[in-house]
Amino acid sequence: MGADLFALLPELVLALLAMAVLLGGLAGGRNRHAVLGAAALAGLALTAVALAWVAGQVDPASRFFFGMFALDRFAVFFKALFLLGTALALALSLAYLERWKVSPGEYHSLVMFATLGMLIMASGTNLAVIYVGLELMALSTYVLAGYFRREVKSHEAATKYFVLGALSSGILLYGLSLVYGTTGTLDLATLAARLGAGGRGTPLLVGVSLMTCGFLFKVAAVPFHVWTPDVYEGAPTPITAFMSVGPKAAAFAIFLRVYLGGLGPLIDDWRWLVGGAAALTMIWGNVAALTQDNVKRMLAYSSIAHAGYALLGLVAGTDAGLSSVMFYLLVYTITNLGAFGFVILLESREFAGETVSDYAGLARRHPLAAFGMLLFMLSLGGIPPTAGFMGKLYLFAAAVQAGYVWLVVLAVLMSAVSLYYYFRIVLQMYLRDGAEAQPAELVAAPWTERVIFACGVAVLVIGVYPGPFGQLARATIARLAGS
Amino acid sequence: MGFFTNLLNVICYLPLVGALLIIFVLKREQSRAIKTVATVVAGLDFAVSIPLWFLYDPAGPQFQFAYKHDWIPSVGSSYYFGVDGISVLLILLTTLLGFISVYSSFTAITHREKEYYVFLLVLQTGMLGVFMSLDFILFYVFWEVMLVPMYFLIGVWGGPRKLYAAIKFFLYTLVGSVLMLVGILALYFYNSTGLAAIGLKGLGNAPTFDVTHLFTIAPQIPHGLQFWVFLAFFVGFAIKVPMFPFHTWLPDAHVEAPTAGSVILAGVLLKMGTYGFIRFSLPLLPNATREAVPWMIALALIGIIYGALVAMAQKDVKKLVAYSSVSHLGFVMLGMFALNPQGLSGSVLQMINHGLSTGGLFLLVGILYERRHTRMISDYGGIAKVMPVYAMLFMIITMASIGLPTLNGFIGEFTILIGAFDRSTLWAVLGATGIVLGAAYMLWMYQRVFFGEITIEENKHLKDANLREQWTLIPLIVLCFWIGLYPKPFFRILEPAVTRIVQTVDASYLQAPAAPAPATAPAHAPASAPAHGPAAH
Repeated sequence: MGADLFALLPELVLALLAMAVLLGGLAGGRNRHAVLGAAALAGLALTAVALAWVAGQVDPASRFFFGMFALDRFAVFFKALFLLGTALALALSLAYLERWKVSPGEYHSLVMFATLGMLIMASGTNLAVIYVGLELMALSTYVLAGYFRREVKSHEAATKYFVLGALSSGILLYGLSLVYGTTGTLDLATLAARLGAGGRGTPLLVGVSLMTCGFLFKVAAVPFHVWTPDVYEGAPTPITAFMSVGPKAAAFAIFLRVYLGGLGPLIDDWRWLVGGAAALTMIWGNVAALTQDNVKRMLAYSSIAHAGYALLGLVAGTDAGLSSVMFYLLVYTITNLGAFGFVILLESREFAGETVSDYAGLARRHPLAAFGMLLFMLSLGGIPPTAGFMGKLYLFAAAVQAGYVWLVVLAVLMSAVSLYYYFRIVLQMYLRDGAEAQPAELVAAPWTERVIFACGVAVLVIGVYPGPFGQLARATIARLAGS
Repeated sequence: MGFFTNLLNVICYLPLVGALLIIFVLKREQSRAIKTVATVVAGLDFAVSIPLWFLYDPAGPQFQFAYKHDWIPSVGSSYYFGVDGISVLLILLTTLLGFISVYSSFTAITHREKEYYVFLLVLQTGMLGVFMSLDFILFYVFWEVMLVPMYFLIGVWGGPRKLYAAIKFFLYTLVGSVLMLVGILALYFYNSTGLAAIGLKGLGNAPTFDVTHLFTIAPQIPHGLQFWVFLAFFVGFAIKVPMFPFHTWLPDAHVEAPTAGSVILAGVLLKMGTYGFIRFSLPLLPNATREAVPWMIALALIGIIYGALVAMAQKDVKKLVAYSSVSHLGFVMLGMFALNPQGLSGSVLQMINHGLSTGGLFLLVGILYERRHTRMISDYGGIAKVMPVYAMLFMIITMASIGLPTLNGFIGEFTILIGAFDRSTLWAVLGATGIVLGAAYMLWMYQRVFFGEITIEENKHLKDANLREQWTLIPLIVLCFWIGLYPKPFFRILEPAVTRIVQTVDASYLQAPAAPAPATAPAHAPASAPAHGPAAH
């Protein structure tokens, strides 16, 4: 039991601190924004320290809580990624919350609880545990999406997200129950062993199909994506930023673990389903983004498209595919948070900063921030020397190696299409000048600027020298199957 | 170690260092200092690239001045620079035109100068990297990096339709290059693990993007794979060249780009496409290349004649020069796919020639545009009277462009035609009509702009080319005469590289040079269904 609790230490730390922040929010006080923000960030940092310590002590191959909880390198990588993404998203929230005068205590603690759910998801080796983590994350995020009670759009976002999210969870559960009913186990390793021994009746395949639908919903893949643009547009922007990287990456983590681990023997049965969804996702995400004038909606469609690229690694189904998805999610987290940071920087009470034309002429007045945004747009579009190119290179290489050349051809063509809408922002920032461009003064938001700066540097560094980072993702792979 | 190993790095990154210097040290208002730094850096870059000409040893190993360093070891990609005779010439062309385009922009660019020179210098680093890279990933990185500054050069400082032209240029060339990436990956996996799902077995070598290694496996690459990879490369390179029918981005980009942008675009960027063919497609995919010959030659000939005819119909001088590029690049492709030493060396030399003469023409058009802010032929007429020096410079460059003996164009076109004639009389005849048409549209344009009476009032007081403007052109003119009168050193530096390529692609040609094969255009199409396409899974 002691060893079990020790492996759970990061989660325990985060849970306790999240509750502390929640209670601290009740205290009020003049500078509670600063105090609670610092406390939340410190909590995440502490969790990261605990994670590093525990990961160093624990044998990656061992399992805890009756084989339901793993702390293998895969889990550690994703946990670190979640903590990084959450910390950056919280840093982006600080000035934003103050500006909108909303209570920070519940906000921060909800973000931390969502992260807790994500940490559990990354470690779960049992479908029940994974589901519990997923629901903790999802429920916290539903609330966060509707956090601006006075905004109609925020309401709409939360309602849509909740209704559709609950429905998809139901579908996922139904699929799980069918898989459990036919195989008699929820444990991924046992599942893989039983499936490998043969026998795949219709109920099992129906169960896997339903599970696939549930997972595709969680990663926002076409045709289960319709909630994304509305939710991303309506939610408070830092929460949109958080949702686009955290919960999405967490959904990919369980997608990878469940499908390449537990359902690995059925790969030929689910591969075409996921591959088809990936193709549709890349096409529709990019094509729909072309016509969006609202930057948040555009980034929502862009995040749909990126889920499509990332699914390529899963379709490849190899170790290289797995590590390329992980590397891609790292790159995407950094890039997307940087891009959303810029959107947040532009938002203020007077100046929405949400339509593309609001970006006109920004390069002249804010050259550094605009250059950062240029880097993020290039990275999202996959143009070297940015991280996004290297991420796509690894992904596409894995898919080509597995022989999915047609998917890769589609992916590269679609990423060329994507450049059109990413460059609409670049065009506004750099190419519009003179009378048509009257960029607003930006409100001072030091932490937002720091996040943009850090992300910009990271995007360039990973883009020019990706070796160690790719190695990081590769080193995390011990084969998931049977583990 | 030391100077030789790092020479290429210095040449490649000097402009980038200059750009960073301008960004971080100078302020937007220090216009004079920005120009000085940019000019000095670009000039210095040209100066340090000159030793390549003297130190490159044609008798030595294939790639010289090599610099190799681990980059992404896990995928087998290294930071690998090296040059052969072809790249040496193109690098020299790039640094020269880079310097000239900086120097020629002083009065043409009046707003956002700081960004302008930064982009110009970054662009130069990108282009030089393309010509030096011997690692596919590194090559691809430079190949795409360079799109961004060019996008800005067209989009910020361009003409009235700059936004359209900029994004068209960007997307058009991007679509081609992303497909090329798929081709690169296919080759990469064929060399190592193979493509599992479509049943293509790999060679089992250590995975590497090293081009020089891939050259050695070229003969083993199966037919089907060669075909698909050639097609993928073709899209990327043909758009860049641009070959007919992928040329539609070119007139837009050229016409809207500022003068220096056009010079770089015509002088260097287009060469990246032809360079791609000669460096990668030919030696890596010899079988597919041989089979593609009739198609490539057909496109080249259509480009030559179509480009010339369209150029003849233009009312805008700059557009005329732009279409003439389509025609000239058709010549380059014609020589290249003759697949013999004459054709190939003529082809590379013509790349240089086109850079010099078309670069010069764009500079000249820019000079006139700065004075009158119009490029319509009908807005001029008789200006030789008021601008005698300018008229003379224009005449020399025009003659170079249409291939008058004693000037460079003649040598290039003549060598290409020898190569083409050796393969097929028909190719040579059709190609030669391009020369005739070229003389027609250039001279007709010259006549309408420079001769006759001055009919428009504003033209009576045009200032002749000033000393700075003359000096932007004089180096080009000197080189035109040099190549025209004594091209031997150029051929000497090209010969070993060209011979190597012919050896890979068509070794039989070299073995029996005395009896050149008659027209060998194979009747069957190269698209004869490959055994296993990547689409199947």
